[in-house]
Amino acid sequence: MTPMVIVLCYLALLLGLGIASNRFFRGTSRDFFVASQSIGSFMLLMAVFGTTMTAFALVGSTGKAYVRGIGVYGLMASASGLIHAAVFFLIGIRLWSFGKRYGYVSQIQFFRDRFGSSRFGYFLFPILVGLVIPYLLIGVLGAGKVISPISEGRVPPWLAGLVVCAVVLVYIFAGGSRGATWANTFQTLVFMVMGVVAFSLIASKLGGLQAATQQTDPAYLSRAVQNVEIQTREGTLIREVGVPPLMFLTYFFVPLSVGMFPHLFQHWLTAKSARSFKLMVIAHPICIMIVWVPCVLIGVWATGVKEIPPLAEAEAGKVLAMMVNLLVHDEFVTGLLTAGILAAIMSSLDSQFLCLGTIFTNDIVLHVAGRERFSDRQIVWIARGFIIAIVAVTYVISLVAPKNIFDLAVWCFSGFASLFPLVFAALYWKRATVWGAYASVASAMLVWFYFFHLSEYGHEYALWGGVMPVTFCFLAGAGAMVLVSLLTRPPSPAAIEKFFPQQLEIDQ
Amino acid sequence: MSTTTRMTGRRIVAIAAVALFILHQDFWFWESTALVFGFLPIGLAYHALYSILAAGLWAAAVKFAWPDHIERFAEAGEPEGGESSGGSVRS
Repeated sequence: MTPMVIVLCYLALLLGLGIASNRFFRGTSRDFFVASQSIGSFMLLMAVFGTTMTAFALVGSTGKAYVRGIGVYGLMASASGLIHAAVFFLIGIRLWSFGKRYGYVSQIQFFRDRFGSSRFGYFLFPILVGLVIPYLLIGVLGAGKVISPISEGRVPPWLAGLVVCAVVLVYIFAGGSRGATWANTFQTLVFMVMGVVAFSLIASKLGGLQAATQQTDPAYLSRAVQNVEIQTREGTLIREVGVPPLMFLTYFFVPLSVGMFPHLFQHWLTAKSARSFKLMVIAHPICIMIVWVPCVLIGVWATGVKEIPPLAEAEAGKVLAMMVNLLVHDEFVTGLLTAGILAAIMSSLDSQFLCLGTIFTNDIVLHVAGRERFSDRQIVWIARGFIIAIVAVTYVISLVAPKNIFDLAVWCFSGFASLFPLVFAALYWKRATVWGAYASVASAMLVWFYFFHLSEYGHEYALWGGVMPVTFCFLAGAGAMVLVSLLTRPPSPAAIEKFFPQQLEIDQ
Repeated sequence: MSTTTRMTGRRIVAIAAVALFILHQDFWFWESTALVFGFLPIGLAYHALYSILAAGLWAAAVKFAWPDHIERFAEAGEPEGGESSGGSVRS
């Protein structure tokens, strides 16, 4: 019962934050969508970090380390530290400047304007929405999976998902982008602290840091690929531990996805000034380290803990909860850790709901009907209406979605990473044309879908001993952008002047 | 900061970023199970240190290659077309 009380208190706190943020709401659409570009350095760091870290940061990283060993950190975390910060620096600041100067609140507005094509927005819209929706489902299903066990089954997953959706809906509805940023800041602090707390308690129960590592199966302490024999109740299982070198190299493409996440674009636009990006650019790799190093260690320690029965890969996500339950035996800690995992889930969910509401409102309704037909107040209510509809639709899909949808996370990231050449060319290549943009998106998505099909729609898939499919999707997108842009008429001088003015030349 | 200093800073940051990218492929620790401080596998310790170096690289970028001109460009004009106008292309 104690864990449920803690989770309920946590959700109540979030509702309070949302309602408090409403007191600062200025009533304009710009305030609802991008918090009137008033967010400072610390909140921007926390909001963006919280948004990029899903439940995978706590639960998935521990599970992956339990399956593959310590190589998971280099594969997914340290590479992200370098690449994410690079994208914030090279892409984020520039997009923020265009958003500030030209009044964009969504990614599609920028691309429409940059390529001088309204139709390109309609083309991009279903692709972005299609890639965000599975990502949303991961959050809603994840919330159900986390809350249901601590209530000993009294709160079924459908009810847990419903409550989490309702809480997120209330604070976005009330505070818009500011509500999401405030909640994200709080939630990011919660999940960072809880990861470290869980690590300390588990290390202590295992007899200290040195003892914990010494009882670990040595196969999990390096990245060398080895086959390990595991005795499960169903029989003997051969598991490939370690990370193949080609996978390690080509996984570098995956973190480029942050350059095309529409919800991250919206967070960037909330920044008060370009200077607000400084802390985020520097501290993001450190924040990743604070969350991931403890989780990876807990995952590899679990391989040597006798109380944990050998788990199949599909069940590895349970490792963190099992380590806490079996070793710490404290309902209060279980409740806090559950709140931490929920924080990681909800800090992504809120931004994604808000961004889809923003896209539907601005890129479809206002774009088709004409902004001048609506008052600013009406626009806010249209956006709120869309957010309610999106939350409802997502929730209903989550009830019928296959439960192995968690495997889709890397495919979502790969899809967004495949679109990276589009945003990079739009910002840095004057010669990039709308036909190049169409070709880039179409080629990347076709190649992505081909591999997605080969993976039997969402399972782990690599070629030639480890090459990630995203490599080919990215190269197809980049190649098509260059080739088709060079073969088609260059953008107009006015478009070039608007997006490549003298003021933005590198040596100004 | 003079233009020359900033250009030099940018070049150094770009070279350091490429070096860091290469250093990520630490094949020299690939098979080692040695422990740092008696508990941290060296492959993990290396990449934790790598995260700190990445933060250092971006701190250098902020210090020596910060794009002040982008901020000036953004601040130079109010959003065109009012609240959440989103540019000028219409269907």
